[in-house]
Amino acid sequence: MYFDSLSAALYMDGHGVFVWSAYLISMSVLAFLLIAPRVRERRLLNELEGRNRRLAGQPETHKPVIPE
Amino acid sequence: MWTFFHKLGSPPWLYAISGSILRWLLPLTLVALATGLVWGLLFTAPDFRQGNSYRIIYIHVPAAVVALAGYYVMAAAGAVSLIWKMKMADVAMKACAPIGAALTFVALVTGAIWGKPTWGTWWVWDARITSMLILLFLYLGVVALHEAYDNKAAASKACAVLSLVGMVNIPIIYKSVDWWYSLHQPASIKFTGESTIDPSMLYPLLLMIGSFYALFTCSLLMNMRTEILSREARTGWVQKLVDGSAS
Repeated sequence: MYFDSLSAALYMDGHGVFVWSAYLISMSVLAFLLIAPRVRERRLLNELEGRNRRLAGQPETHKPVIPE
Repeated sequence: MWTFFHKLGSPPWLYAISGSILRWLLPLTLVALATGLVWGLLFTAPDFRQGNSYRIIYIHVPAAVVALAGYYVMAAAGAVSLIWKMKMADVAMKACAPIGAALTFVALVTGAIWGKPTWGTWWVWDARITSMLILLFLYLGVVALHEAYDNKAAASKACAVLSLVGMVNIPIIYKSVDWWYSLHQPASIKFTGESTIDPSMLYPLLLMIGSFYALFTCSLLMNMRTEILSREARTGWVQKLVDGSAS
């Protein structure tokens, strides 16, 4: 490792606040890019599952016609 | 070739193949990203002129590179959807825009943070920086335009035209550091000729660029899968899929 101690790595000769904040902001954006679509897909699948279950609970003749 | 193109236009096929790609690409991306981060942050020597602030390069450059590459993908998808009315190309274009916007945002923010200790200012209306800001607005424009229309076909057409017209900005971004006097430094990595960056800094940077490309691909595929599901919600294969995952 280049730095002697953890505090030296955090301080980075005075540049630490710039470097670490830049990394922190970027990593949160990247994490969001991976997590957000996953959450959306999960939510959509749950929604569709609920819809399928509702349809399955109804007798055949009462099933609504889903418009295309 | 044509059968591949044909398959690419099939939502169930695209959904299945993207799922199997993500299964290995996603872990690989995370490992590469983590390795590159630790390498760049802690294991490289500081720059002899900029000191430690240069470490921002390991996120700034990859974000900017992939933000530009993402624009090509979006414009190409826009062209395909405009010419061949391929629905999956429209899905790809729509999926691209928010990721491109996020990466451009990262490039601009990290650039500003890097600018403070290096140039003494957070922001200058410099050619490179201003053209990147325009790129951000182009991406956001495509996102907003897609939302603005109720009619999907009209939205797709308008977005495709906007992204193609916006292509004009791309060579301007590349060449801005050569055409105008700029605070921003010219490219250090060159495909032809000697790179002006030390190998000990170049390798972690290349790793980070690769990781950002991989991350872009992962996020793009995930966005596309959600979009495919929501567009195809009423079709048999999605119903079967949902039933299968429920039981």
